[in-house]
Amino acid sequence: MDWSDEGIVLGLRRHGEDAAVLSLLTRDHGRHRGLVRGAFGRRGRGLYQPGNEVLAAWRARLADHLGSFACELKRDRAEALLDDAAKLEGLAAACAVVDSVLPDREPHPEIHAATLALLDAVAALDDWPLAYVHWELMLLEALGFALDLERCALSGAGDGLAFVSPRSGRAVTLAAAGQWRERLLPLPGFLVPGRGQPAVAEDLAAGLALTGHFLERQIWHPQDKPMPAARTRLVERYARATTTSGV
Amino acid sequence: MAEGPALEELIRLLARLPGLGPRSARRAVLQLMKRRDHLLEPLIARLREVADTVKSCATCGNFDTADPCAVCADPRRDPGLVCVVEDVADLWAMERAQVFRGRYHVLGGALSALDGIGPDDLAIPGLVARIASGGVAEVILATNATVDGQTTAHYISERLRPYRVAVTRLARGVPVGGELDYMDDGTIATALRARKPVEA
Repeated sequence: MDWSDEGIVLGLRRHGEDAAVLSLLTRDHGRHRGLVRGAFGRRGRGLYQPGNEVLAAWRARLADHLGSFACELKRDRAEALLDDAAKLEGLAAACAVVDSVLPDREPHPEIHAATLALLDAVAALDDWPLAYVHWELMLLEALGFALDLERCALSGAGDGLAFVSPRSGRAVTLAAAGQWRERLLPLPGFLVPGRGQPAVAEDLAAGLALTGHFLERQIWHPQDKPMPAARTRLVERYARATTTSGV
Repeated sequence: MAEGPALEELIRLLARLPGLGPRSARRAVLQLMKRRDHLLEPLIARLREVADTVKSCATCGNFDTADPCAVCADPRRDPGLVCVVEDVADLWAMERAQVFRGRYHVLGGALSALDGIGPDDLAIPGLVARIASGGVAEVILATNATVDGQTTAHYISERLRPYRVAVTRLARGVPVGGELDYMDDGTIATALRARKPVEA
């Protein structure tokens, strides 16, 4: 069994002295793991950093074996972000979230493409956290847990959306929320279709809280997994920013 | 097994050390048995001595027979300069270079999302307490130039922000003796960004 594909490095777990189990988000083979020999050698150290794009060749005797990867660097994305604390956290969070939510070997070319677009945004844009929240929404949708932020679940209205039901994932207007508003999740303006409102730190924190709630409820909690520490640090950064007004 | 259970167990233990596989461990055991007086007995004595006397320095995390360790106790070293490294091996590497005359702080690893290593699993609270107690003017972050290493460095610099201490990091770029043709794209890009004027 063998194939070649493009992939994004999600992480590397040491296996023995010099080998490692590499986790890749590939375009056509989904999240795939494989053994890499010499992963911590001079060549491998820079290559297998989270976020880097590689051309990967996977080989195994049988399809359900772990197999081994031989990779070539296609684009070094991690290096350019090493000096930027927030962007580095964004990169680490994206890779850790994909690694923890995607099932093994299930092709999701749309997630691969969206993750590449997110990594581009993280590298190039100052408002990349908006792209990050949208990317997590897309992730939920691709995995079958889409949120309905178009219309109010109670009144059907498309205007005045201000909350999201923590159970159904459907939007609710301020007027319809009534006495239940305390139990609902705030819907930041930049996520309301057509509103295109510029986001402040509070909105980003609310956006991360919203997607985090549904990732936790639909994926991490049923699988008895914790939220990845890298995402927790990203959330903490924006929670701090809401009190200090600076990111 | 031709070796017998005692030797087999010894081979199995040695094979768990870095750089040794089962075959090389077997060769090492055979050599120990052949040179019993000159190798095996002194090795046993030295291992016993190390196990009984060497401990982790409560201040920096280095291994030594004394606590504080020789580096921390050396009055010729600048106590106002602390170099933060991931591992004792990094501390030893810095010492081999013989250019740093400050003191160290060993973290015991780096933050890692995949391995679930968080700040409380590392010696970061100890570092913050050390800086908070005063007397340190500069902290040099010598963590690895990896995503995990630099995430750790950023985290530490944020934790140290409330204190009056300069936080610096090691330079990255072309190594001494390095040839551009053999260098990876990332190293070349970093070196280019960190270029310096040439003094005439």
